[in-house]
Amino acid sequence: MDYEVPSIWRTMQAKGYSRREFLFFCGVAVAAAGLRANGLAQVVEAFESKPRPPVVWLHFQECTCCSESFIRSSHPIVADIIFDTLSLDYTETLQAASGFQAEKTRDETMKNNQGKYILLVEGSVPMAGDGAYCMIGGKSSEQILKEAAEGAAAIIAWGSCASNGCIQAAKPNPTNATPIHKIVNKPVINVPGCPPIAEVMTGIVTHVLLFDKIPELDSQGRPKEFYSRRVHDTCYRRPFYDAGLFVESWDDDAARQGYCLYKMGCRGPTTYNACSVTKWNANLSYPIQSGHGCIGCSESGFWDNGPFYQHLGAFPGFGIESTADTIGATAAAVTAGGVAVHAAASAVRKRKLVNIQRAEAEKSEAAHAEKEKEAEAIAEQENSDGGEEQ
Amino acid sequence: MATARIATYQKMYVWELPVRIFHWLNVLAILVLIATGYLIGAPQKIFDAAEPSQQYWFGIVRFSHFAAGYIFFFNYLFRLYWGFVGNKHARWSEFIPLTRAKLREFWEVLKVDILQIKAQRELAEGHNSLAGLTYFVAFLIFLFQAGTGFALYSSMSDSFIPSLFAWIVPLMGGDAWVRQWHHLAMWFFILFTIVHVYLVFYHDWVEGSGETSSMISGWKFRKDESDDDE
Repeated sequence: MDYEVPSIWRTMQAKGYSRREFLFFCGVAVAAAGLRANGLAQVVEAFESKPRPPVVWLHFQECTCCSESFIRSSHPIVADIIFDTLSLDYTETLQAASGFQAEKTRDETMKNNQGKYILLVEGSVPMAGDGAYCMIGGKSSEQILKEAAEGAAAIIAWGSCASNGCIQAAKPNPTNATPIHKIVNKPVINVPGCPPIAEVMTGIVTHVLLFDKIPELDSQGRPKEFYSRRVHDTCYRRPFYDAGLFVESWDDDAARQGYCLYKMGCRGPTTYNACSVTKWNANLSYPIQSGHGCIGCSESGFWDNGPFYQHLGAFPGFGIESTADTIGATAAAVTAGGVAVHAAASAVRKRKLVNIQRAEAEKSEAAHAEKEKEAEAIAEQENSDGGEEQ
Repeated sequence: MATARIATYQKMYVWELPVRIFHWLNVLAILVLIATGYLIGAPQKIFDAAEPSQQYWFGIVRFSHFAAGYIFFFNYLFRLYWGFVGNKHARWSEFIPLTRAKLREFWEVLKVDILQIKAQRELAEGHNSLAGLTYFVAFLIFLFQAGTGFALYSSMSDSFIPSLFAWIVPLMGGDAWVRQWHHLAMWFFILFTIVHVYLVFYHDWVEGSGETSSMISGWKFRKDESDDDE
């Protein structure tokens, strides 16, 4: 059974796209991958000669919002990426096949394309209870993931679930939901977000497709091209932040003016994502533009980072809503009280000390004076004695 | 009111000039850092009436914080160095009470400070061992504060020094937690200042050794007991 996969250019030709349209598609791909314009020739060549890479898209503990985001990718042809550019051989959500047929397709794709297919994983893997919390076709998700990861050319973790566990890994994490980079021994491209931006997802797939290698990643395994800057740094409301103009409550005038949402708990300053540049829904808007603070959905463990509408979160072990300021101010008040009591006690003691010293000094002065008097008397006596002698 | 008692005082040069400069530079930097840091954490409504284009106060607050942070950090590094080359009182061995004599002094000072018992023996010329240990812990927290501060700063800067601390961010579970701990540690500085300033006054008050002025002049005084009257 020979498994010949046609190139993207051949596939497009078969579907009746013109050369002009193909080149346009290549141009979009260049932009989506964040390349410079002179990368176009490279892209055209890759799409002309490379076979469409088969893709296995696995779903574990998740809500499918990543898939929903992905199929809403705004660039018209890039939206076809899953059907035209990629050969999507297995995905529970979109495939027509079901049951044994579906499982067979996945196994065959993996067998026929050892070391060549791209593995996309959506969702975390529950490690508690021997994986009983998420099983497909009689296999635990851990088992499926490990089998699929073995022959994969590249592994992409879609969304916060696969990258850092997201809501099911929030405390107390009953199923021990685990991000896939902690299970797989291969480099994993983390694409966090709940969900990630569609254009970011297609951009990363395009990158892998074009270069046959994973993009440059940061210390948390996220592609630098999309996750190197904070939402805050490119936010259009940033000038209000620098000017010190903040929304104080949701219905105040500052909110209507579109001032900075920093004090309303906006997570923009601590969140790394491309939202304020790429935006959502065909570059239409993003949360802050719609008047709501960023909730930091692409940050690891964001469900446990404190209330969404509070600037600083609570500290564990200090009561439910104790922020650093409550703890600090209480400690400062206690300290100041202690100092005051101590100072009062010292004042009493010091007074005693001063009194003792004063008494001592008076005594010594009196003694001194007496001695002097005596000496004077003696001198006088001696004087008068001497006078008498003379 | 001639109630003077005649006694001889020994004049001791304790704090060298570099130590004093470190101290006051540190005071200045910490005061600026606390004030601006608090404002960054909880910005106040100040110039709400003016046009956004005409103001930049929060930017200036943040700039002051970062500038003071650099001064604080390099000043701190200098003090670490001076702990190896300075005089006896500036040395690292003074900061960690390991010898028996030091430990005994440690309890003695606790008794003087808390129970307000009169010191039975002579206390150290420089830092007493309780103060020394406190400063040692403080120095660790200084490092923590500088590290978390630069880690937060690393995402908005291409400079070399902040980038050295970028690894702290994933270690602490993201920027949100670095910010949280950096903010909590600020309160250590506030508490430290309250207690430190009070204890300097207190010891000066009960000992009369010129403790307060010693950080300006470098000199401390001790009554020469051998020369005491009687």
